[in-house]
Amino acid sequence: MKTMTATAAMPIAVTDFTFAQAVQAQSHEPIMRCFYCQKCSIGCPTAFAMDYQPAQVLKMVQLGQKEALFKCSAIWLCIGCETCGTRCPNDIRINNVMDVLKEMALEEGVKPAEKEVYALHRSFLNSIKRFGRVHELTMIVEYVLRVPLTMLDKVGIGLALIIKGKVLHFWSAIKERDKVRELFRRAGV
Amino acid sequence: MRRIGVFVCHCGTNIGGTVDVERVAEEMGKYPGVAFATDYKYMCSDPGQNLIKEAIREHSLDGVVVSACSPAMHEVTFRRTTESAGVNPYQCEIANIREQVSWVHQDDPEAATLKAIETIRTIVEKVQYNESLVPFYLPLVKRALVVGGGVAGMTAALDIADAGYPVVLVERADRLGGNMARLSSAYVNFDDAGGLLDSTLERVTHHPNIQVLTNAELNEVGGYVGNFVVRVNARSNGATEPFSFDVGAIIVATGYELYAKENLGEYGGGRYPDVIDALQFEQMLASEDGLRRPSDGKVPKEVVWVQCAGSRDPALHKSYCSKICCMYVAKQTIAYKQRVPDGQAYVMYIDIRSQGRGYEEFVQTAMEDFDVLYLRGKASKVFADQGSGQVAVWSVDTLTSQNIEVEADLVVLATAVVPSSGSVELGQTIRTGIDEHGFFSEAHPKLRPVESNTAGVYLAGAAHFPKDIPETVAQASGAASKVLGLFAQRQMVQEPTVAYVDPELCSACGLCVPACPYEARAMHPWRSIATVNAALCQGCGACAVACPNKASKVRNFTTQQVMLMMDAYL
Repeated sequence: MKTMTATAAMPIAVTDFTFAQAVQAQSHEPIMRCFYCQKCSIGCPTAFAMDYQPAQVLKMVQLGQKEALFKCSAIWLCIGCETCGTRCPNDIRINNVMDVLKEMALEEGVKPAEKEVYALHRSFLNSIKRFGRVHELTMIVEYVLRVPLTMLDKVGIGLALIIKGKVLHFWSAIKERDKVRELFRRAGV
Repeated sequence: MRRIGVFVCHCGTNIGGTVDVERVAEEMGKYPGVAFATDYKYMCSDPGQNLIKEAIREHSLDGVVVSACSPAMHEVTFRRTTESAGVNPYQCEIANIREQVSWVHQDDPEAATLKAIETIRTIVEKVQYNESLVPFYLPLVKRALVVGGGVAGMTAALDIADAGYPVVLVERADRLGGNMARLSSAYVNFDDAGGLLDSTLERVTHHPNIQVLTNAELNEVGGYVGNFVVRVNARSNGATEPFSFDVGAIIVATGYELYAKENLGEYGGGRYPDVIDALQFEQMLASEDGLRRPSDGKVPKEVVWVQCAGSRDPALHKSYCSKICCMYVAKQTIAYKQRVPDGQAYVMYIDIRSQGRGYEEFVQTAMEDFDVLYLRGKASKVFADQGSGQVAVWSVDTLTSQNIEVEADLVVLATAVVPSSGSVELGQTIRTGIDEHGFFSEAHPKLRPVESNTAGVYLAGAAHFPKDIPETVAQASGAASKVLGLFAQRQMVQEPTVAYVDPELCSACGLCVPACPYEARAMHPWRSIATVNAALCQGCGACAVACPNKASKVRNFTTQQVMLMMDAYL
């Protein structure tokens, strides 16, 4: 099946429908059920910043528009709050779909459209992998190293948090760290 | 001098809120010929009706004018009341001061009150010269004719036959079954359509009360409700044999056809072998050597269904929604995916209309469990894709504003459902109404949906409008129960308010014969006068208007009465 923008005279992209089945299989979400009521898009707190609205993302999955989805910002701007899934009349939890799309994009080696979001995800997961829990200070250090200069305006807040003791100075790992690492190994990350 | 009673109803505040009912009653009490006048909150209630009965006895009334709602509402009620008090029911008339007065003049109570008085006066004038009439009785032939041997006709025939009345079932084709016999299965449970039909067919063919005439067509209908005379031409071995017989009621169950796909040039209907209609697809589903496309026998891997092909298109095709397509398309996509699990089904639709128990869930099943891709938008064209052996379907997904092209192995057009060929001619033969599309019209869209606008002719199934099997069966049973209601009477009761001819005045000019819309008029075979078939006459008065000698009159609506009513108004 080919798709083209409404104004174009000729088809511009060739895609395949096996993509929708793959996303469905991996996310366990009934994507084909979507009848585009757009309740998800209207309720989404971050949709205002997205290039494609949540409902559009589902439709693009149905239409097999893989490349556009992997490159889009929407999948990275989803904060997983579940508002969409809670309200969806077809019980499609879109944040699971968003997660699957993120994973697929990374597997295909597509550079994430929102590098700060990706850096935060990575730093967060690495911190857990390292200590079995999140250690804020090292997580922030890793994040700043991944995306330099993005946190400059937040230095004041950071200092205030440290003074109030909200940020741990010393790392303290959980007791059975190796078991958490085993989880990571099994998940393949 | 007549002694007429006037009873003014408040109808709660419906009339009383606008019209000064007390003043109306007081004024009417003074009118010549009125012996008694009063008003009451609800005249149709039991105390209201008792009030009328008591007044008739107490004041020796010989005429009653009830000033209330439309006669369509309660004329029968008040005539019965009048009769129970010993006065001929045709001496009771209704002055409509609700629909024609209070409801339409709510902003001007004074004018409404005056109009109410004038309206009642005209009816009082009419009653002055009303005759006391008695309904007359006609014989009733307790045999039914069912036209069309599909699931509608067979169901209706069985219901009537089971109740003990003889039925003649006429079918144009060489066998019974109709379109249902062409279906692979029925939604939403994938019931075996043929199997369901077979049990009905078995009962019909062996029923002692049902006579089946296949290869037969209804050619002529004469007479009227309870006493139709019909002629059926049955073909056998190239010869046509006419049958004439009497029936009391007729059920029209002539079903539907699909709008020819050749009419849809932009979809390549008739041009490409792999563009087919839905009944052709049903045939493919039922085929024993698997699902194969017409052009090269290949198993189609990409199949597109185009909904509303000719429906909901007032400019070029049919304006109406064909009603059954959304559901059978969902059924066909599921049946396709069950046979070709690695195939892809696309449905191009404008809206999905799935109204029925389990229907919406069924469509959802197609989407969810069978990965059918529903694309909202009307397909624009289908054209041959050079060299690939496929056809390209151009459409749009209006939800995301993207144009879509699908390279399809097979395109199924859900073409509009249209009445069976010959429906217009059949409507003329039976003398009953058909709509602009050729579907048979019902007597009332809400309250009389199984009756045609000809007495004694009833409708069942898609001859009336596109319907699915459960709706068709329901209407067929409804039509049958109407026939049984008619047959339960000992004889036909006919209203006496019909036309008659004064033989002294009639000059046998014959103008009334073509003026009559009910074919109730004829010239007497030897006397030089016109005659009225009272059984056919509906009392419309067209003959009375056409008659230059005022020889033609309608009982209780004579020229004299009409002139007096006009005088009372002016």
